[in-house]
Amino acid sequence: MANVSIRAVRKAFGTTQILHGVDVEVEDGEFVILVGPSGCGKSTLLRMIAGLENITRGEIAIGGRVVNDVAPKERDIAMVFQNYALYPHMTVRDNMAFSLKLAKAPKAVLEQKVGRAADILGLGQLLERYPRQLSGGQRQRVAMGRAIVRDPQVFLFDEPLSNLDAKLRVNMRAEIKDLHQRLKTTIIYVTHDQIEAMTMADKIVVMHAGRVEQIGAPLDLYDRPANQFVAGFIGSPAMNFLNGHARGGMFEVNGVRLPLPGGSAGEDGRPIVYGIRPEHWELSDSGVPATVRVTEPTGSETQVMARVGDTPVTCAFRERVMARPGETIHIAPAPHQVHLFDQQTGMRLN
Amino acid sequence: MSTVDSKTVDALNWVAPKRDPGALGRLMDNKMFLVCVCLFPALGLLIVFLTYPLGLGIYLAFTDTQIGHAGEWVGLENFESLFQDRIFLNAVWWTVAYTFFATILKFGLGLWLALLLNHHVPFKSLIRAIILLPYIVPTVLSAIAFWWIYDPQFSIISYVLVDKLHWMEHYIDFLGTPWNARWSLIAANVWRGIPFVAITLLAGLQTISPSLYEAAMLDGASPWQRFRFVTRPLLMPILAIVMTFSVLFTFTDFQLVYAITRGGPINATHLMATLAFQRGIPGSHLGEGAAIAVAMIPFLILATVFSYFALGRRKWQQGSDND
Repeated sequence: MANVSIRAVRKAFGTTQILHGVDVEVEDGEFVILVGPSGCGKSTLLRMIAGLENITRGEIAIGGRVVNDVAPKERDIAMVFQNYALYPHMTVRDNMAFSLKLAKAPKAVLEQKVGRAADILGLGQLLERYPRQLSGGQRQRVAMGRAIVRDPQVFLFDEPLSNLDAKLRVNMRAEIKDLHQRLKTTIIYVTHDQIEAMTMADKIVVMHAGRVEQIGAPLDLYDRPANQFVAGFIGSPAMNFLNGHARGGMFEVNGVRLPLPGGSAGEDGRPIVYGIRPEHWELSDSGVPATVRVTEPTGSETQVMARVGDTPVTCAFRERVMARPGETIHIAPAPHQVHLFDQQTGMRLN
Repeated sequence: MSTVDSKTVDALNWVAPKRDPGALGRLMDNKMFLVCVCLFPALGLLIVFLTYPLGLGIYLAFTDTQIGHAGEWVGLENFESLFQDRIFLNAVWWTVAYTFFATILKFGLGLWLALLLNHHVPFKSLIRAIILLPYIVPTVLSAIAFWWIYDPQFSIISYVLVDKLHWMEHYIDFLGTPWNARWSLIAANVWRGIPFVAITLLAGLQTISPSLYEAAMLDGASPWQRFRFVTRPLLMPILAIVMTFSVLFTFTDFQLVYAITRGGPINATHLMATLAFQRGIPGSHLGEGAAIAVAMIPFLILATVFSYFALGRRKWQQGSDND
């Protein structure tokens, strides 16, 4: 097990800058998730840690050793690929044993290590099968088994669940988290799915356009997003943003007035973004009127798409709202759950 | 209601009218009829241009037909005399050797080129186009080029080796002595056959996911081990197909040899195909020529059967591909 330090790392393909100076500290045994929309550079960063991409500038250290010029196989890491990258012509057993075979491990060691990994992942019955004869979830497990067999200092996962169906993804999410709790190996995990990030990570690194937007524990990112990008990216359904002005201790947009949190308004007339999560709207007779467009009951909650003035908003209520399209409901934001951002910079104000 | 409104209503209520398909339409819906109609052109062409000539050739092999003289059925007589014929036996031996050496060289060099091109090299598409060049030049044209390259007096190879580099004393007699002529023909065939092998193997290499190499790299495989444990087994299925075709084409080669040496010197470079032509058309013994051609069939069937087993889906190729 080891910590991983990423210091001022930059990456350019020709003249195209992919990463503009990224700093991340991954503690020993931590489960860190790099999350961001596609093209944000998260996979590139992971591949640089693995040694599959050169580091243009900055340095990456694994367990205190700078690995910029260390070959992938000497970095003591294992990687699970998005398409699993199982060798199609090898059985499950041979796939898992391949690295040991190359290292000329004695047969007894090989048997024992493969057996242990198969036990951990429940692959005992499948050892003689070929990858094509496995389901998606089983292939995923073999890919993890291949990583476990090597006892690496760091596990790298590159969007490992994106090829699975929704239900399996939820199961595998729990399995990977459970695996981490048992093995206690450092994991760096890349995904574009913020739910995966929220549910599995000890620490989330939100990336956007080659920069780190915010690093923090899942609930910290949810409760106090540092900027509008993080606020909009974390949480589902996404946060509502209303563009308006502060005036007289209230927020004003198109004649609708909403309360500001704790009087932290900023000066009058300042253009601000008022952010409120769908689940932080409350039904309240004293609230602002909203015209219902669509209601989506999910059973545990009811999502309502409505309009406040001209602005579309999404609300999620724990109670069962029976409003029909076109009806008016009255909603009010929970004031201490409101996030304010600067309209120009997108930075958090409160 | 205004006229505009009633038009709109008409448009919204429009339904596609039901049409009677007619007798021809119903016939076209009949699957058996369609199958027969669609098969007819292909079957017709095959029968006229493939089955008939092949059948006629096999029939002629059992007759003593000559040009201008309708032959009689002689049974196996043609084959019996061929098996006493030194020139024929020599041609059989040489055809097999020619195919064997040319195939080995074509695949060795072709695979090497394909591996090279599969890496990131500058001017990749230009190099690929250049590699295809020998393949798009008509065979006879390239044969004439080789004729000059192998000329006893004007050969560029002799000129460079003797006059420029002073490595040799005398000009090489490429086509005048049997073994020189044989190796020269193999070289010409290899030159011509490499593009096909290189381009098809390159296509095969590109179907191998790069992440397999990355996974192997992380697993600690050296470049040679990545070739041995990833590239080689995954390339095998396509290699077997390309090899089969290459063997068939080389075994039945005619143009190159006939254009460069015409089977000489002293019949040393006659392939079965050139000998069949030589005996059948200029020699006017159609029956004997046909018998030589028919004698190639067992070899070709052997090559096909071999590839049938080599091509058989390997165990790891069975199952679904939904990854």
